[in-house]
Amino acid sequence: MTEDKQAVRLKAPLGEEVLKLKAGDHVLLSGTIYTARDEAHLEMMKDGIPFDPKGAVIYHCGPVIQDNKIIAAGPTTSARMNNICSFLPEEGVKAFIGKGGMSDEVSEALRDKGVYLAFTGGCAALAASRMELKGVYFEELGMAEAIWIIDVKDLPLTVAMDAHRGNLYSDVRGLAEEKFREIC
Amino acid sequence: MNNLKEKIASATEEAIHTAEVRLPDDFLRAMNAAIEKETNPVAKAEYRNILDNIGQAEERDIPICQDTGMHIFYVTIPEGFEEREIIREGILEGLLRANSGVPLRPNAVDPITRKNSGDNTGAGFPAVHIKKGEKFTITAMPKGGGSENSSRLAMMLPSEVKNIKKFVAETMLLAGGKPCPPVVLGIGIGSTFDGVASLAKEALLMPVDDMDEYEQELCDAVNELGIGPMGLGGDITAIAVKVKTEHCHTASLPVAVNVQCWVCRRATVEVNL
Repeated sequence: MTEDKQAVRLKAPLGEEVLKLKAGDHVLLSGTIYTARDEAHLEMMKDGIPFDPKGAVIYHCGPVIQDNKIIAAGPTTSARMNNICSFLPEEGVKAFIGKGGMSDEVSEALRDKGVYLAFTGGCAALAASRMELKGVYFEELGMAEAIWIIDVKDLPLTVAMDAHRGNLYSDVRGLAEEKFREIC
Repeated sequence: MNNLKEKIASATEEAIHTAEVRLPDDFLRAMNAAIEKETNPVAKAEYRNILDNIGQAEERDIPICQDTGMHIFYVTIPEGFEEREIIREGILEGLLRANSGVPLRPNAVDPITRKNSGDNTGAGFPAVHIKKGEKFTITAMPKGGGSENSSRLAMMLPSEVKNIKKFVAETMLLAGGKPCPPVVLGIGIGSTFDGVASLAKEALLMPVDDMDEYEQELCDAVNELGIGPMGLGGDITAIAVKVKTEHCHTASLPVAVNVQCWVCRRATVEVNL
């Protein structure tokens, strides 16, 4: 398969250009991103965000790091962070990257502020091939839960939830429910 | 270490390594055939990532997915071979070596305290299933947590044979993108409450690049839903459905669906006695 010519190129930290993206758009993301899972979110709520949140991109990922190199870095299930992430768009965070989508509450928190970008589940080797480790916050939380600072180059993503309540997951779920009633 | 145990350990380590880094040929053939038919542009982008990832894992000799799974082994032993304890010891040794050699993520935890054993072992793990066969082979099938969580079991009524299709489609409707589709579904029908789940898992050991008429019918029903890779929409939600049946009680119809994500891992290594 050939590379998608229609992909929108983005550079993090992001600006207002993300507000123009629509659910279903294909994106190639470069620049600096930050990993964060459950524990990092709880720490940020307690002690504040350790990096500049303006235009920041947060990746739901617990990478495998060996000798200061990223070995594997696929996305984790974003829904676990549904109840602990809505303060981030308020602080200027412009995008979440993860798999599986997020709740209606998060979709509302992203309205006119940011987007949710889907990265293909299981693609740990592909991610690692386009990443360079730059540093770490909250290292005491352990390898999976720490905030890793990562430079990415051309990470291929899909806009799954846009800044205007567009949501691929709920569209697909609605159609699947209709089809299910038809066939069974 | 005695020679036989060493042979089993090294075959086990090789089977785990191959399974973690490279997907089976029958699965790659079936997936490529499915991708050819995909029309949805979002799904096509997902497939580009999946194919790129498979290539990167093999080239860099690293696991395909960071969830390197729980460790299940299917062993066949020739007639007359009775040293079963040494098989378990050899497999355990091979798994311990693979922890750092592959490397594997430690995934085994106590179910109540959630304490991680740190080395992928624990009560019931590694799971080793031994059967008689023509040759001495060890098959590693590391199974990821996300897809395992979407699996379901039903004790249906004997009059509900036609509803099996509905149960299978409903399993994927409820799962959506959570088990990382495109999936392979292992279906068990018959046996007993405990036996049907084993049948469903054993169905995942069968080659996936051909389906009989019934398997195709179930696969088509799942694909009709349009869930697509990662739940983002598309023509292909299931690469294949494989069914295994056994006789059951005249009052019963046990059905189990074991969901397998696109990282459909299994590898077999022969042990030369």
